[in-house]
Amino acid sequence: MVHLGTNILFAGNNFVRLLEGLWTTVWIAICALIIGLILGTGLGILRTSKNRPVRILLRLYLEFFRIVPSVVLLFLFYYILPRQLNLNLPAEQMAVLAFALWVAAEFSDIVRGALISVPQHQKESGLALGLNGWQLFRYVLLPQALVLELPATINLATRVVKTTSLLMLISVMDVINIGQQIIEANRQTYPNGIFWIYGIIFLFYFIVDYPLSLWARRLAAKQH
Amino acid sequence: MRKKVFFRKLFLGVVASLGLIFLLAGCGNSSSSSNNQSSVSAIKKRGVLRVAVFGDLKPYGWVNQDGKRVGYDVTLARQLAKDLNVKVKFTQVNANNRVDALNSNKVDLVLANFTVTSDRKKVVDFAEPYMKVSVGVVSPKESRISDVAQLKGKTVIVSKGTTAETYFTEKQKDVNLLKFDSKTQQFNALKNKRGVALADDNSYLYAWVKNHPDYSVGIKTLGPSSAIAPAVKKGNSSLLNWTNKDIKKLRQNGFFEKAYNSDLKPYFSSEVNSADILINK
Repeated sequence: MVHLGTNILFAGNNFVRLLEGLWTTVWIAICALIIGLILGTGLGILRTSKNRPVRILLRLYLEFFRIVPSVVLLFLFYYILPRQLNLNLPAEQMAVLAFALWVAAEFSDIVRGALISVPQHQKESGLALGLNGWQLFRYVLLPQALVLELPATINLATRVVKTTSLLMLISVMDVINIGQQIIEANRQTYPNGIFWIYGIIFLFYFIVDYPLSLWARRLAAKQH
Repeated sequence: MRKKVFFRKLFLGVVASLGLIFLLAGCGNSSSSSNNQSSVSAIKKRGVLRVAVFGDLKPYGWVNQDGKRVGYDVTLARQLAKDLNVKVKFTQVNANNRVDALNSNKVDLVLANFTVTSDRKKVVDFAEPYMKVSVGVVSPKESRISDVAQLKGKTVIVSKGTTAETYFTEKQKDVNLLKFDSKTQQFNALKNKRGVALADDNSYLYAWVKNHPDYSVGIKTLGPSSAIAPAVKKGNSSLLNWTNKDIKKLRQNGFFEKAYNSDLKPYFSSEVNSADILINK
């Protein structure tokens, strides 16, 4: 065999391990997004409420998750909270929890923005028809807001996928972590392995994220 | 107003679901915090010994191409679990979060090439050491440096932040140092003859020389050697005492010699022998 750098990708189970790492990455991102989007919708609607304390509380929640860097957030959830509150979860679940709360915070702002930009006459027409609060949101505001918030939501989703690369800091076996194992295991025999491994990881992230960003662009174009 | 009622309901709903998330999270492991979750009896009851290891430090803690954790540290971890009659579960850590992993009860034991230092002793409890390292000096075979006196007035290559840098700066003041940021840079500098020798942890040099037969670790130990030992959470005397006892037993029955031969020897140059690494008391 030629001593090619590509050999490192297919030696033993290396490629399958990288795919497993990618699956961990994608799975955590999907779980966090599902929980975060549901919670975020609720929070976003509440942020349009007339109740001042509620609005301030939710604003604080949003700013906290927006300002605190994701790395700090992950450390907080994985190392510091368990010590204080004595709740000890596997790293993957902690990651989903931290990311879900982050997504909820960011999404609440997207939802709020979308709800506000639904034209006022739509809301008034709904009220004139005798719809109650729930019906007004369910049949008038949310369907129109959904269209408005989609591009920003997909953008958020791609950011979540990218941010999972920080998970290696809390011992989650994501694709980057496994890539590094392979690089270090072969450092002496394949000094250029780092190039191939990070190359394939780049490709993985691209395959996951690019369709999302294409979709976002198409949706954005449709609105104009 | 109907709309106001809706908002109130929604608010309660969101608060309730947030509470539920935390409650579910709390149920995972809500035993009282005063209990030692890593005592020997707790480990036996759980049936699993949780160990923090490196995943990228060959040949001490790494992952082979079949995805299996191997290495000298890992072999010791498996043996300890076997002696406790429990299964082993590995958590991969990096150098920065070895202490956090213990303190937040993520693992019972750290076996991640943890060098004993006085600062670290303040935050964790170290058991009996299972390995030792010190500064070593590697040089080309044709102009081999075997004594530190040969280095006077010459240039020695080191990496910033290593024990080797500290040792030469403090103890060998008449040696010129050429400092680099990474391992790759420092070894390239040695190959390009930018210095007469290179100083680093001897355990690391032994592995490098294996693949570079033109070089030799002429000085194997320089200055004080440091011990590498398992660490437990501060105050976990139950597991600490058990580990100490078990390591002494393993020293006597030749386990470390065997582990050296299977995990380290294949990756070290032939000029190294087990006495350079192992602790035989």
